[in-house]
Amino acid sequence: MAKQRSIEVLVGAFMAAALVALFFLAMKVSNLGTSPTADGYRVTARFANAGSLKVRAPVSMAGVRVGRVEEIRFDKKTYEAVVTMRIENGVDTIPDDTFANIFTAGLLGEQYVGLEPGGSEDFVRDGDELTQTQSALILEQMIGQFLFSKAEEGGK
Amino acid sequence: MTAAAVGSGPAPASGAPTDQAPGACAAGAPESECLVRIRGLRFSHGPRVIFDDVDLDIRRGSVTAVMGPSGTGKTTLLKLISGQLRPDAGTIEVDGEPVHALRQSALFELRRRMGMLFQSGALLTDLSVFDNVAYPLREHLRLCPAMVRKLVLLKLEAVGLRGARDLKPNELSGGMARRVALARAIALDPMMILYDEPFTGQDPISMGVLVSLIRQLNDASRLTSIVVSHDVRETASIADYIYVISNGRVMAAGTPTAIAAERSEWVRQFMDGLPDGPVHFHYPAPDLAADLLTWGVG
Amino acid sequence: MAFKALRRGARAVVNAVLDPVAELGRSGLKALAGLGRAHLLFLHILAGSAEVLWRPRLLLAQVFNVGVLSVLIVAVSGLFVGMVLALQGFYVLSQFGAEESLGVMVAASLVRELGPVVTALLVAGRAGSALTAEIGLMKATEQLAGLEMMAVDPVRRILTPRFYGGLISMPLLVALFSAVGVLGGYFVGVGLLGVDDGAFWSQMQSKVDFREDVVNGVIKGLVFGVVVTWIALFQGYDATPTSAGVSRATTRAVVHAALAVLALDFVLTALMFGN
Repeated sequence: MAKQRSIEVLVGAFMAAALVALFFLAMKVSNLGTSPTADGYRVTARFANAGSLKVRAPVSMAGVRVGRVEEIRFDKKTYEAVVTMRIENGVDTIPDDTFANIFTAGLLGEQYVGLEPGGSEDFVRDGDELTQTQSALILEQMIGQFLFSKAEEGGK
Repeated sequence: MTAAAVGSGPAPASGAPTDQAPGACAAGAPESECLVRIRGLRFSHGPRVIFDDVDLDIRRGSVTAVMGPSGTGKTTLLKLISGQLRPDAGTIEVDGEPVHALRQSALFELRRRMGMLFQSGALLTDLSVFDNVAYPLREHLRLCPAMVRKLVLLKLEAVGLRGARDLKPNELSGGMARRVALARAIALDPMMILYDEPFTGQDPISMGVLVSLIRQLNDASRLTSIVVSHDVRETASIADYIYVISNGRVMAAGTPTAIAAERSEWVRQFMDGLPDGPVHFHYPAPDLAADLLTWGVG
Repeated sequence: MAFKALRRGARAVVNAVLDPVAELGRSGLKALAGLGRAHLLFLHILAGSAEVLWRPRLLLAQVFNVGVLSVLIVAVSGLFVGMVLALQGFYVLSQFGAEESLGVMVAASLVRELGPVVTALLVAGRAGSALTAEIGLMKATEQLAGLEMMAVDPVRRILTPRFYGGLISMPLLVALFSAVGVLGGYFVGVGLLGVDDGAFWSQMQSKVDFREDVVNGVIKGLVFGVVVTWIALFQGYDATPTSAGVSRATTRAVVHAALAVLALDFVLTALMFGN
C-alpha cells in the first residue's frame, strides 16, 4: 500500500510539472500572455502597396507595440490593400489624422505598421479609417528611382 | 489436511462418486454422467493434422489422464476443451455447452467454472503469491477484503503454501509455483481442472506432492480433472481412466489396469518406455550409407 | 529430346523471373495481414476503454511506468537539445546581426518539431521497448493465456491501461521537453553568449503563437503517443512466444515506432503549418 501511495504522489507530481511546463509555454514562450486577441478596437487603413506585411505583424507607435494586424485584403475597386488593425483598448487617444506607414524592422526584418500621431483633437474609434498612409518601400522601385534620377543628372 | 499427510499414490476419499466404476460414459449415458463429450474432433495446425476424428469422453468426478508421446497435441486438446482454440470440425461439449460455438462472453462464463494449470504456472510475475490467488476472486466476485483474505488463505492452506503468501513468483521453486497456480485455479471452486504436464521437470518429492494433491483435490472438492502427461507411472497411479493418443488418433482407452493388460505393441512400447518398437528410434531418413556417399551440401 | 530440354530451360527461366515476384507478393501479403491484426487489436484495446475508468488504479500505474519513469531522460535531453540549438543558432544568426531572434528560433523549433519528435523517439526507446518486452514475456510465460483461462480478457485488462498510460503521458512529456529546452536555450543564449534578456523573451513572445505552435505541438505529442504505444503493444502481443521472438519484437517495436513518428510528423506538419 505504501508503494501504491508513492506511485500516486509521483504521478501527481509528474502531472503538475507538465502543467507548469504547459503554462510556461503559454505565458512566457508564446503570445498568449501578451496579446488578448479578442480585445481592442479595429482601425483600417488603405495602402497602395502592402509589401510583405503579414497578418499578426505588430502595429507600433513610437516604437511601442500597440496592436496587431488582423486582416489584409485587396479592394478590387480601388486596387488598394485594406489593412485592418486591432489596437489595444488602453490606447484610445490616437488622433484621426494619424499617419500610417509600413516600415521594415532592420534591413532584412519583418514589416510592421508604424503609426505617427497627427495634431487632431479627435480620436479614432472602432471601425474608423486612417486616410493618411504611406506604402511599403519596395527595394526594386527604390533602386529604379535612384538610377533614373542619376541618369537625369548625367543628362544635364 | 496438508498434502504431505495424505502420502503419495491414489488415496481417494471415501464417498467420491468415481472410485468404483471409472471409465468413459457409455454411449447412452445420461447427460449428467458426462462432463466433457468430444465427437469427431478434427484439428490441424497448418499442414500438420493434429487430431483426426477423435472421440473422447470425460466422466464427471473422475481423474482422466490423456497420455501420448511429445508433440501429439495433448496440450492442444486442453486448449480445445477450454475454448482457446477452435476445432476445424467436430463438436466439443463441456457441461452440455458447445465450447466450439460459444461467443466470448458465454465462453468466459463457462471458464469461471474451469481451472487450468499451465506448465509454467503462468503466475502474474508482478504480484505476490497472495495477490495471485486473490486475482480471480477480486476480478469476478465483489467480496470484502476480509472475505478475500480468508478464502485465499484457505486455498493456500490446501496446497500447503500459506506461509509463502508474501513471496513473489520469482522467489518460488518450480514445484511451489505450480502449487500456487493450483491454488489460483481452484480459487473460484471450479467444476473441472485441466492439468497441462503437471509433473515435468519436478524432483521426486514435489512430484509426489503434486500427484497426491491432484487426487486429493479431485475427491475432496468433487472436481473433474483432466491430466495431460507423458509421465506414465505417476499419471497411471492417480487416473481413473486413461486415453493414449498418438498420430491424431486414440490408440487405447481404459482403466489403468485395462491399459496395463493391453496387448497392442504400440501401447506396450509407450507404457513400458521401450526404446524401439513400432515407434522407431530413428526419424525417417534415407539409408545411412547412401546418405554419406551423396555429394553436395545439405 | 532437344525439344524437351528446351522446354525445361524455358520453364527454369520463367521461374527465375517469377520467384522474386512471388516472394515480393508473399511478403506484401504478410505485411498486410500484420496490419490487419494490428488494427483489430487497436479496436479491441479501445473496446476496453470503459474498464479503465472503472479501475483508475491500473491507469495510474501505467502513467507511472510510461510518464514518470521517462521524465528524467526527457528533461535532460530537452535541456541539452535547447542548449545546442542556442549555440548553433547564435553562430548562424550573429552573421546577420540578428542575435535577438535567438529566442524565436529556439522556441519555435522546439515547440513545433523537436519537442514532439524527440520526445516520441525517446519514449519509444525508453517505454515502448519495455512495453513490448513485458507483453511479449507475459505471452511467452503463458500469463496472458492464464488470464484468459481465469475468464479475464488480457487485452482489456493488460493492454488497454498501458495504451491510455502512453496516450496521457506523451503530451505531458512533450510540454516538459519543450519548456526545459527553452530554459536551456535561455541559459546558453542569455547567460553564456550575452543575448539581451528582454529581446530574447519579447521576440519569442511576438513570434510564437499559442494556438498555432504550442497547441499543435502538444497535439502532435498526443498522436505520437497513440502510435508509439500502439506499435509497442501490438509487437509484444504479436510476438513469437520465445526469447528470440520477444527480442526481435522489441527491436521491431522501436524501429517501427521511430519510422512511424518521423513519417507522421511530416504529414502532421504539412497539415498544421503548411497552407
